[in-house]
Amino acid sequence: MGINLFALMGQLLVGLINGSFYALLALGLAIIFGLLRIINFAQGAMYMLGAFCAWLGLQYLNMNYWLALIVVPVVVGLVGILMERFLVRPIAQQDHLYSLLLTFGIALMLQGTFNHLFGSSGQSYAIPAALQGGFNLGFMYLPMYRGWIILVSLVVCFGAWWTIEKTRLGAYLRAGTENPKLLQGFGVNVPLMITLTFGFGVGLAGLAGVLAAPVYSVSADMGSNILIVVFAIVVIGGMGSIGGAILTGIGMGVVEGLTKYFYPEASTTVIFMVMVLVLLMKPAGLFGKEA
Amino acid sequence: MNNPVTQLPTHTRPHNIPLPQQQLHDERFPHGVGDEKIRIRDLHAFYGESHVLHGVDLYVNQGELVTLLGRNGAGRSTTLKSIMNMVGRRTGSIMINGRETLGMAAHQIAWLGLGFCPEERGIFASLTVEENLMLPPDVRSDGMPLEEIYSVFPNLYERRYSQGTRLSGGEQQMLALARIMRSGANILLLDEITEGLAPVIVRKLGEVLVTLKNRGLTILLVEQNFHFAAPIADRHYVMDHGHIVEEISREELPSRQEYLNSMLGV
Repeated sequence: MGINLFALMGQLLVGLINGSFYALLALGLAIIFGLLRIINFAQGAMYMLGAFCAWLGLQYLNMNYWLALIVVPVVVGLVGILMERFLVRPIAQQDHLYSLLLTFGIALMLQGTFNHLFGSSGQSYAIPAALQGGFNLGFMYLPMYRGWIILVSLVVCFGAWWTIEKTRLGAYLRAGTENPKLLQGFGVNVPLMITLTFGFGVGLAGLAGVLAAPVYSVSADMGSNILIVVFAIVVIGGMGSIGGAILTGIGMGVVEGLTKYFYPEASTTVIFMVMVLVLLMKPAGLFGKEA
Repeated sequence: MNNPVTQLPTHTRPHNIPLPQQQLHDERFPHGVGDEKIRIRDLHAFYGESHVLHGVDLYVNQGELVTLLGRNGAGRSTTLKSIMNMVGRRTGSIMINGRETLGMAAHQIAWLGLGFCPEERGIFASLTVEENLMLPPDVRSDGMPLEEIYSVFPNLYERRYSQGTRLSGGEQQMLALARIMRSGANILLLDEITEGLAPVIVRKLGEVLVTLKNRGLTILLVEQNFHFAAPIADRHYVMDHGHIVEEISREELPSRQEYLNSMLGV
């Protein structure tokens, strides 16, 4: 079997782009899971909300892409902050199943609302002028916007990882993940930290939504499609492992892309097969700490 | 003006009966209670449905080192955790520096100058030794500088980049203590700091406590190892079944040895 380098590189690129979104969404989920111990099923809906905010901003407020890239994650993050403060926190003492159902319900409601308002056909968002065109790398053609997605995702993911692993703020976050009661006893306002963390994690999904708007169609169910895969990635990487979520996100995107080239029939299921294998051999995930 | 320390909100005291310790205390300190760092009255604490503390009364003065003795399950650790607002529900009164703290959120307590060293030491595995040391915010300005901490505990300096929980038990205990010394806390609540440690480390911890006491810090020490506590403490409280059953001063100690042995099951 001969290898068509052009096609292979094309799928690899698609894989890297999907992986960039997986990494951003999985990172948000992992940060939230680490500190709050809840699985935010609304993460996909927040990604969708981010894409719609960008689209609506452009349609009605003439907010350009660059502004949206700053404003939308903040807006979505604020939605997350309100959600944590008024919906998640009141049931935080209950079994985590309740918050899981709560976030799942929020996701369905948001999805239903946007479906009702904008239909299911999907809206298109133009690639900003400065990011149109592309480069011919010799062995493949790299559209500039695709490269931009990978770049932004890598910078944001590395920045988040560095902040969490290497700074004082990150030390609070890690300590709060491990023993929130003691950290609070040292005088750190842990409830506030939890709210802001939830907002940040959800804001990352909003950012991913803005990045996605020009390449995927902006539709109500764009979040639910990607979320299941992202969950699988978080499980493969190891629940709550920040670096694990990022590396697994990008890695699984690449695996998916390669599968699309070599055996397209399996491309939508390969990540779940990896998940099953990892769970059988290393139940805590590739980067998770054994309990 | 009334001394705020002696004023009690009536709703927090269901039984307004004068307590023996209070009378004792007032006789000993006729010049008032202004030097009280900790004053607990009729403290009840609950973990869910279970009622753990049944009316604890105690005080610790500025610069004193006071121990809480008693058997396992007597409520000593719960008393410390109650001060830190780390248990479920509490009723009664806990005054720190003359301020009622029962209504305060858990993260506000430390800013009154309290430093807590939990029984399980609470070293964070995901933080290095130095990150563990730097973790507690500076609750007061005159904490021990890092260089001085490292000169007191040279082991911690040598292993400053190690994962916190890779340290030996004794080193972890020193780290847990050093951590709150660096934050500037001047009221230390120490829970079983000598538990399971080698004699040479216990001796080192004793020296550190004496140094801290000489610097004017106030220390409330939960201790099982009576031989560790006896030479350095000013007073001892004996706890049983969730309340204080006896207060013994350093001077009274020799004559009460037999009683203590029977209470502590030595």
